[in-house]
Amino acid sequence: MLVAISSKGNSMECMMDPRFGRAEYFIIADTDTMEFEVVENAAAVAGGGAGITSGQLMIDKDVQAVITGNIGPNAMSVLAAANIEIYRGVSASVKENVEKLNKGLLEEISKTVPPHSGING
Amino acid sequence: MKVGILSGKGGTGKTTVSASLAAVVPSCQYIDCDVEEPNGAIFLKPELKEKSPVKVLVPEIDMTKCNFCGLCAKACQFNAIAVVKDKVLVFPEICHHCGACKIACPNDAILEVERTIGVVEANEDGTFLQGKLDVGEPISIPIINELKKHIKEDRFVILDCPPGASCAVVNSIEGCDYCVLIAEPTPFGLHDIKIAVQLVKNMGIPFGVVLNKASNDNRSIHHFCQSEGIEILMAIPFSKEIAEGYSKGILPVEINDLWNEKFKKLYEKIEGGAHK
Ligand code: SF4
Ligand code: SF4
Repeated sequence: MLVAISSKGNSMECMMDPRFGRAEYFIIADTDTMEFEVVENAAAVAGGGAGITSGQLMIDKDVQAVITGNIGPNAMSVLAAANIEIYRGVSASVKENVEKLNKGLLEEISKTVPPHSGING
Repeated sequence: MKVGILSGKGGTGKTTVSASLAAVVPSCQYIDCDVEEPNGAIFLKPELKEKSPVKVLVPEIDMTKCNFCGLCAKACQFNAIAVVKDKVLVFPEICHHCGACKIACPNDAILEVERTIGVVEANEDGTFLQGKLDVGEPISIPIINELKKHIKEDRFVILDCPPGASCAVVNSIEGCDYCVLIAEPTPFGLHDIKIAVQLVKNMGIPFGVVLNKASNDNRSIHHFCQSEGIEILMAIPFSKEIAEGYSKGILPVEINDLWNEKFKKLYEKIEGGAHK
């Protein structure tokens, strides 16, 4: 499966960035082959709505899961709408986080979306 | 003439100065543009009779026409829309009501619906106005624009601006003939006033400074104004009397005639400064 990890840098050895919407990079990794793609997050410097755009990016990249630290309600709504799983990563490298996910050691962040955080059009 | 009262941050006495001016200038108009925390009314005690909601237009998607092409999300420079396989999510709090998504939609699937974000309130003759942004709403500019539609051009108009140097401040002072910058002599106060000075200079509006809680221990703002050739219109010393009055909703001009005179002088200086 394809998993996106918010990252402070552009390789598997870089630390996971605990911020989702404002992460500078996403590493999109294939959990079976460990092949990966680096995507710069244009939303990192957006004025507002960074979480929404980052969420959109996940959808456009067709990922099935996300590993990050904190995720805001807007980004959560977007990921929830697309049925993307969200896992709480640990303060370690991107690679270690993927390995932990593979071993089932990461906690899934509940996708209960608080009210008022987006309207289904 | 229109005068904007601003300060680098909140709590520097901006409302005290604005409301005191309103109290001493005959038949002026006072507009509280600090829509996140309007508090001029606490001092001026107007009878608010007129209330009108401020509405903005936000997109709504007609799902029968939408084919999830994603062009609306791409067009939105504020990131207020996400298109997810078979859903379109609109985030109305983030929407800046620009209408770009509607133009971008090739299938005419976007409608615009009204959304109330706050209210404009006024007294009977419209000499006191205030705007209030609903809690949790992040965008105050539509309310400020609505307030400014009610400006009485033939009067002395006092615009009590939001704190800081945000877009909301720029919107508030646009078109003003003069600005009064309130500053406090603290290290942060100096930093804040420099930003405010830059802002009004960029906008080409004549201005002067009122020092609040002035003391002889810290003359940093005096020095700054001197070196920049900025007029200090008035200095309000730190006073227990004023602070106590403030906490009870009493203005310095109501405490004694001395302050009444001083604020009248300030008014004259503003009139003079704007016509230089
Ligand atoms: S009106 Fe403008 S800001 Fe609002 S959703 Fe459409 S494009 Fe975005
Ligand atoms: S642009 Fe129009 S058709 Fe395309 S996703 Fe947006 S609302 Fe739907």
